[in-house]
Amino acid sequence: MQTAHPPIWPDVLGRFAWHDLPFVRAWQNPTINELIGAGAGALVIVGAVVTIALLTRYRLWGRLWSDWLTSLDHKKIGIMYVVIALVMLSRAVVEAVLMRMQQATAVGDPGFLSSDHFAQLFSTHGSIMVFFMAMPFLTGVINYVVPLQIGARDMAFPWANAIALSLTGGGAALMMTSLVVGQFSTGGWSGYPPYTGLAFSPDVGPDYWIWAVTMGSIGSTLGGINIACTIFKLRAPGMTYMRMPMFCWTSLCTSILMIFAMPPLTVATALLALDRYLGFHFFTNDLGGNMMNYANLFWLFGHPEVYILILPAFGIYSEVVSTFSSKELYGYASLVWATMAIAVLSFTVWVHHFFTMGQSANINAVFGIATMTIGVPTGVKIYDWIWTMFRGEVRFSVPMLYALAFMVTFVIGGFTGIILAIPPLDYVFHNTLFLVAHFHNMLIPGLLYGLLAGYTYWFPKAFGFRLNERWGRIAFTCWVAGFYLAFMPLYVLGASGMARRTNEIFEPDFRPWLYVACVGALVVLGALVSLIVQLVVSIRERDETRVFAGDPWDGRSLEWSTASPPPEYNFAVIPRIDARDAFYDGKRDDGYYRRDARYDDISVPKNSVTAIAIGAAATAASFGLVWHMWWLAVAAGLGIVAVIILRSFVRGAHRVIPSAEVTRIEHRWHDALAAATPIPRHCELTASNQGLAEIPA
Amino acid sequence: MNDRRRETLTYVTGFAIALALTFAAFAAVRWPVAPAGTTFAIILALALVQVVVQFRCFLHVSFARSSREDLLLVLFSALIIALMVSGTLVILFNLRTRMM
Amino acid sequence: MSEPVLRHAGVNLGGTQDHPRANAESGIFGFWVFLMSDAVIFALLFALYGTVVAATAGGPRPADVFELGSALAETLLLLTSSLTIGLAVLAMKYDGTRRPVLAWMGVTLALGVAFLALELHDFATMFAQGAYPTRSGFLSAFFALVPLHGLHVLAGSVWMLVMAAQILAYGFDARVRINVLRLSLFWHFLDVIWIAILSVVYLQGHLP
Repeated sequence: MQTAHPPIWPDVLGRFAWHDLPFVRAWQNPTINELIGAGAGALVIVGAVVTIALLTRYRLWGRLWSDWLTSLDHKKIGIMYVVIALVMLSRAVVEAVLMRMQQATAVGDPGFLSSDHFAQLFSTHGSIMVFFMAMPFLTGVINYVVPLQIGARDMAFPWANAIALSLTGGGAALMMTSLVVGQFSTGGWSGYPPYTGLAFSPDVGPDYWIWAVTMGSIGSTLGGINIACTIFKLRAPGMTYMRMPMFCWTSLCTSILMIFAMPPLTVATALLALDRYLGFHFFTNDLGGNMMNYANLFWLFGHPEVYILILPAFGIYSEVVSTFSSKELYGYASLVWATMAIAVLSFTVWVHHFFTMGQSANINAVFGIATMTIGVPTGVKIYDWIWTMFRGEVRFSVPMLYALAFMVTFVIGGFTGIILAIPPLDYVFHNTLFLVAHFHNMLIPGLLYGLLAGYTYWFPKAFGFRLNERWGRIAFTCWVAGFYLAFMPLYVLGASGMARRTNEIFEPDFRPWLYVACVGALVVLGALVSLIVQLVVSIRERDETRVFAGDPWDGRSLEWSTASPPPEYNFAVIPRIDARDAFYDGKRDDGYYRRDARYDDISVPKNSVTAIAIGAAATAASFGLVWHMWWLAVAAGLGIVAVIILRSFVRGAHRVIPSAEVTRIEHRWHDALAAATPIPRHCELTASNQGLAEIPA
Repeated sequence: MNDRRRETLTYVTGFAIALALTFAAFAAVRWPVAPAGTTFAIILALALVQVVVQFRCFLHVSFARSSREDLLLVLFSALIIALMVSGTLVILFNLRTRMM
Repeated sequence: MSEPVLRHAGVNLGGTQDHPRANAESGIFGFWVFLMSDAVIFALLFALYGTVVAATAGGPRPADVFELGSALAETLLLLTSSLTIGLAVLAMKYDGTRRPVLAWMGVTLALGVAFLALELHDFATMFAQGAYPTRSGFLSAFFALVPLHGLHVLAGSVWMLVMAAQILAYGFDARVRINVLRLSLFWHFLDVIWIAILSVVYLQGHLP
């Protein structure tokens, strides 16, 4: 490969050759396969150009820069995380549809994608879904919601928060770049050496994977430290640990998992990079390398990662089920203990990802039993949610529908997980589509549905208007129907022995199941389109759905006690907490909203250019490393060090919002509260909902 | 001045104990009296004691109420690290014996 | 909010500036959490080292290339520097004047640089003996673990210089104090890691 296409200017452009552009490849060899590659690259470029043009046309650069990119406000950062997640979700869903189409057309036929292209698709699909869809989505929601729920004005480390965002965004940008320049890894989302080592993959693909994932991993470590410290140290007075909303508990456990589980990933990718760049022998076949160390390191991260992904969704379901059942969360203490148990147990089961590596049956047995143990606290949670609904006044709005679909679907996935946790059965099922069906069956309800529920639930908080209910229901129906159609056939196929990651199938009996799965993937694509339509429709009709008063769902926790959207400082007066559902009880007892004549000055962090500069430099350094542009890597690396040192000299990084301004903002909100008509719960989806809940006598 | 003397003394005591433990570990290797396995166990035990001493005297992690959170953090980290390291060693050594 | 008040248990700075919500507390606690995350990285490299220490692939073995004398000297340098950074923090707490703090930090920095010089000399000797990282799995693991610690010491040394400059520029304002505390935690932490390196790498390498 490298010799056939000589680099054009090695000193400056490293190993870049014209052939690395998909457009050149498509021009020289116009097959459908290459055209799809070129089309994807063109889509990235067109998307970027259109975005730039629109920003220029509407003169939004200044606002984008000063209101968003340089902001240290946890709410802005949270929203930007979610935007990254949704963009990356779109790409990864399209890739999934392409893979299903390929398999449906490739029974006894090569199909339309080359095996190399297919391998890139499943590698990017997995890497994006885990590192650049799921992680930013949940980090974004946590970022937005947790400080509001614990009565804080920001995260513990706003600057580090912005750096974590810019690193995650940079990693995502690197993933997108791989569509335009060069190609991505073909080694799957787990990137196992020796296949991804220099001997078998000398191209840029695994390097893209290594640096994108490393940036995401470091960003998540920083994010985890920040979230944990925020919850440990910034809770409002009176909010003891056992008075925290459930979502804060699951966020805390997730952040602890991030702190301890991301380092193994960083070690694994860094050592793989040492193998590839400097010729070390960690995971090579020769000179004492041992690739089994990689599997071990990767899954030391990989298993806790599963719970990093799922726990926040558990928290969201707890909030949603309790709010939309108009009942206190059943078994709060048991949910807390179950969450902590899951968090600790998640560090004791990683071997079940490589039962077949060859360790003795006794070791497998220990880890198999530990794996099944996790089913117990998870079962506790399911029962708690069911009991929360029991005799509640359940409203079947979109977030609640997701919660219900989750409970049913997740239990099915859990059962297949128990099957896979039995080592002798795993020997049969591992590396088949059964496994693929299983983990999608856990992660789609256990992560995606949860975050979509959270997105629908908290959207009015973040933007001040509700999402369109009808399109929400259409999207929900498509997500659920699409999931069942796409993944239930994979259980059958896997149990019949179809290996995962196959781009060509030689067993005609598989054909009908692959057709059903392909239809399911198209329905999922429909779900994605419905989400986009929902967003557009909701923005158009936003004047009818405004909930400025701030409490559209008769909420229970503190985030609902502020305006929608909340002011930059969140709370003009830090609330004092004396019970678990302080806001819910407070508005019933004494009318929670209290208008002061005058409010104090509030200090908030100033905007900072340095965080995004660090992210940009890290992206440049990664790009330089991928393409062996050493000058760029070194210059950008030194740039990062310089920025950090210079920033440490900055004094007065805070800005004061004067009392008059705070008073004006608060009085405007209190005026709206006074003018709003309280609505009963069954009217919450109508235009009469202005965000003030009626308190039944 | 009393506080200062007490705190300085903590540092110096920690330093002295650490020094003694280091020399003991070196001596155990330089003039071995036990078989290799036992000596290695002795070294690891001495290292563990020294880590505890340094956490106590230099990093001021103790059972005092004021550093309770740090203590819990360190203990939890130690638990996770123990799980990861012991698991890794058990699995990889098991694999090696089965391959030999 | 803009001026953090220092009241932390670990390396506390006395009760002179008591305040009900000490922001410094979360600043220091956050750094502790970061250190623990870093400790996991080192722990995994130790575990990895343990799994491949025998994988010498016919190349140099630990006993061939590790010099106990030099390891002992490095240990003493780093241990002493851990004491002196502690004395620098005490000087900041009780004197509050620049000279003693800068003096102790200077001593610490000198010891750190001496440690690095000695370590580099060790590595050069190893290279000369044909013990370079691409030779075997064992040497790969060694050159991932020990130089990573060295890089941390280097980062700590640069940080020491930055803090000296800030002390000269700003005196002991709240941010300088909190960052000196963090630096001292970092430096003590590096000494703790070194104990493990000494025991698991150097001393184990010379077992009979």
